[in-house]
Amino acid sequence: MIDKTIIQELERIVGEKNVLTRKVDLVTYSYDATADMPKHIPDVVVMPTATEEVQRIVNLAQEKRLAIYPRGAGTNLSGGTIPLKKGIVMSFQRMNKILEVDADNLTATVQPGVVIQDLNNAVAPHGLIYPPDPGTVTTATMGGSVAENSGGLRGLKYGVTKHYVMGLEVVLANGDKVRFGGKTVKNVTAYDFANLFVGSEGTLGIVTEITAKLIPGPKYRRSMMALFKKLEDAGNTVTGIIKSQVIPATLEIMDRKTIETVENYAKVGLPTDVEALLLIEVDGMAEEVVEREAQAVAKVVKENSGDLKLAASDAERDQLWAARRAALPALAQLSPTVVLEDATVPRTRITDMLVACQKIAEKYNLKMGTFGHAGDGNLHPTILADANNKEEMERVHKAVDDIFATALSFGGTLTGEHGIGIAKMRYLGDEIGQSGLRMMRSVKEALDPNYILNPGKMVPVKEA
Amino acid sequence: MSVTAEKGKGTGTLYDDLELVRNELAKCMKCGNCMAVCPVYLTDKAEAGVARGKIAVAEAVLSGELDVDDPEVVEMLFNCLVCKSCMQNCPTKVNFDRIMLALRAAVVRKKGLHPLKDMIFGLLKRPKLFDAGMKVGAVLQGLAFRDDPDKKAISPRSPFAFVGRSYGFDRDRSLPELAATPFRDRVPEVVNVKGAQTKVAFFTGCSVNYFYPSVGEDVVTVFKENKVSVAVPKGQQCCGIAVFVHGDVTTVRELARKNIDAMEKSGAEYIVTACGSCGGAWQHEYKELLSEDPVYGPKAEYWSGRTYDISTFLTKVISYRFPRGKVDAVVTYHDSCHLKKTMKVSQEPREILKSIPGVTFKEMAKPDACCGSGGSYLLTHYDTSKTIAQRKVADINQTKADQVTTGCPACMMQLLDHVGRFGKDQKIAHYVSLLAESYRREKKGSATHVR
Repeated sequence: MIDKTIIQELERIVGEKNVLTRKVDLVTYSYDATADMPKHIPDVVVMPTATEEVQRIVNLAQEKRLAIYPRGAGTNLSGGTIPLKKGIVMSFQRMNKILEVDADNLTATVQPGVVIQDLNNAVAPHGLIYPPDPGTVTTATMGGSVAENSGGLRGLKYGVTKHYVMGLEVVLANGDKVRFGGKTVKNVTAYDFANLFVGSEGTLGIVTEITAKLIPGPKYRRSMMALFKKLEDAGNTVTGIIKSQVIPATLEIMDRKTIETVENYAKVGLPTDVEALLLIEVDGMAEEVVEREAQAVAKVVKENSGDLKLAASDAERDQLWAARRAALPALAQLSPTVVLEDATVPRTRITDMLVACQKIAEKYNLKMGTFGHAGDGNLHPTILADANNKEEMERVHKAVDDIFATALSFGGTLTGEHGIGIAKMRYLGDEIGQSGLRMMRSVKEALDPNYILNPGKMVPVKEA
Repeated sequence: MSVTAEKGKGTGTLYDDLELVRNELAKCMKCGNCMAVCPVYLTDKAEAGVARGKIAVAEAVLSGELDVDDPEVVEMLFNCLVCKSCMQNCPTKVNFDRIMLALRAAVVRKKGLHPLKDMIFGLLKRPKLFDAGMKVGAVLQGLAFRDDPDKKAISPRSPFAFVGRSYGFDRDRSLPELAATPFRDRVPEVVNVKGAQTKVAFFTGCSVNYFYPSVGEDVVTVFKENKVSVAVPKGQQCCGIAVFVHGDVTTVRELARKNIDAMEKSGAEYIVTACGSCGGAWQHEYKELLSEDPVYGPKAEYWSGRTYDISTFLTKVISYRFPRGKVDAVVTYHDSCHLKKTMKVSQEPREILKSIPGVTFKEMAKPDACCGSGGSYLLTHYDTSKTIAQRKVADINQTKADQVTTGCPACMMQLLDHVGRFGKDQKIAHYVSLLAESYRREKKGSATHVR
């Protein structure tokens, strides 16, 4: 339990205004963006603004055996920031300075609370971009996306967060501050710790500074939409495009249910008699190369009986993208509870996975639309339900079990970009086995033997 | 339950029964998209500032974990500008304004109005007394404020500046001067134009009447130039939005009914406003508040479809005459929240400004970001309001415009203060004033050739 002296100590560390204890404030840190999760009210919220403050808070928490939940903007979709076992929510929303943009070294150094879009705005004048673009770029923080190893729409060509983290400063559970990596492209000093902490969901250490890699922004792009009467044709188009040696920046798919729902909601002029839709964008530094790639894509679409629409202007491009952006909101309109999964399969199994999802929806009599990043096999089966309907939620949970089992049977993975958190912890052993779980615990206990960092997430807490 | 209404009164809106807010709350996915645009959150960076957090608190109130009149809950409820920015960014279209106002109304039902608010809002219902008070204020304001005739503004004198500085009433605070003769005393109740194509009623709102009478006069000028007869009914009163946002549902309903009577008596075909809050009240709030009133409900419904901001009226209802007088100015435009987000008016004022000879229009970054006024919010949360305004003025400065226009007198007041503090001496004007100025100048003979 947290007593008054602990609060006072926290206030001494970060200042009174950066310690929240009123119930109205605590309630607002009891959730994140994940549906169908329990709410837990923390004991206190602290908002550090410097690494040294983070260290002192960790030391205090370690001494009193209090849990710490590092939190960015709380937009994750795995229950990763819910304060399950009381204790301290450590919010980085006020530790949000861009420390340096080094255009010559193609790096930026930021504090964890910097919003991804703000970093992109800051580097844009140099003609640079920070490519990872989860759907929440305008709200999610750099620290949060590093901890979750966020993906996004451009993953196929540009990779995900882990490909853009060059150096980290991390506060460990024992209060130590460690720094590794940096501005050099090459660095094989010590273990590759950056990749240990990226995607560790706040369970191994607390990221307090990030050196991120930047790249020159593409100068040209071509966007198109392809409509298919048969799901298989869409799936074959996805693999066909890659086979023709074109790597699009984005290659998105929407199934029939999603298309119907989007059209009902946004009236963007989509035909509702098609089984699948692909949104494809190629980009690059040279106009002729981009044009050639666009033509190659068009050829593959035609070979697979697709109906192609090429955006002739930025306005038309925006129109195409409006359909994709509307996918989740449109589905979400239909019901109060939206269970958004991110099971991921090898690209060649996309069609199989889409068909399997439709069958699972039928089997459990559920409303489900599937859309996602076809190019990297990362699908978002989205189940629409009502959390107040117990019987329905039981069917939802069974359907989710089936989705994961199917993805694994296709050689896929539980989660492509949302993380394990609370939501998928019980499936973890299905993918990595008992030996994998033992190794997870070994790493966890080496760095955080008392399980004070984000307990109850990702690694099951060892039975006492 | 004290937060729910007494049964059988026939006033079953969510402003009378908090239970009805549940459906609205259920729409929120907690995705947090509201964090990208909420001016309060962007300033405080605390979850209780933003819609998602406030919805979580509302859920806690409905589940009995928190009391609606808990002082901490009340404070949180009022730390919101009701600017509706979050609603523009909400994927599931949560009507957050209704949630906020329903909760505030529930506070008032349970606890009553704060005695000071009760006194002030009571005054609004007694228009003669209110009007007399504003006129006395106009005479006495010289005691506490010094005059800056260049800016048409006043600033606190010491010792008032010393006492008031924690509320932002320091020596650098610029406020519009209270008019010695309010607008509605300056014009006849009906201005008939020969060969008029239609007749409108001008619902002036308090700010135009008492602080910006010249804007009212410009509105009348523009109507005359476009052959529109205009009534300025003396019976009109405050639109009531200012009291509604404090949860005083009774007073706003009373004001709405009186205003409907006043407008109906004028015999006008349309109601025209020059203030986003007033126009929004007629288009949306009145019909919602009076939805269960068998007499005034249908009337409110009728007028909601016949109320326009003057820019919409000029460009969509009639075809306004392009002005020919040259107004040399580099102009930017700030989207008032209630004008853009409630009345959905944003292109029309720009269209009008761009049609004025001599005007160079420069768009600012994020023109629809809230200016931080929020009516009385700037009085109760001056520091937050000031930080929000500072960001707005930085965007204004970037444009290098010498005039900042907007379509809402409350924004004008806020911009006057903070352009004064952080700006580069830009003039603040209602966009309609530039149009009126152009019409006036063409008469003086400085007309340019018709294109």
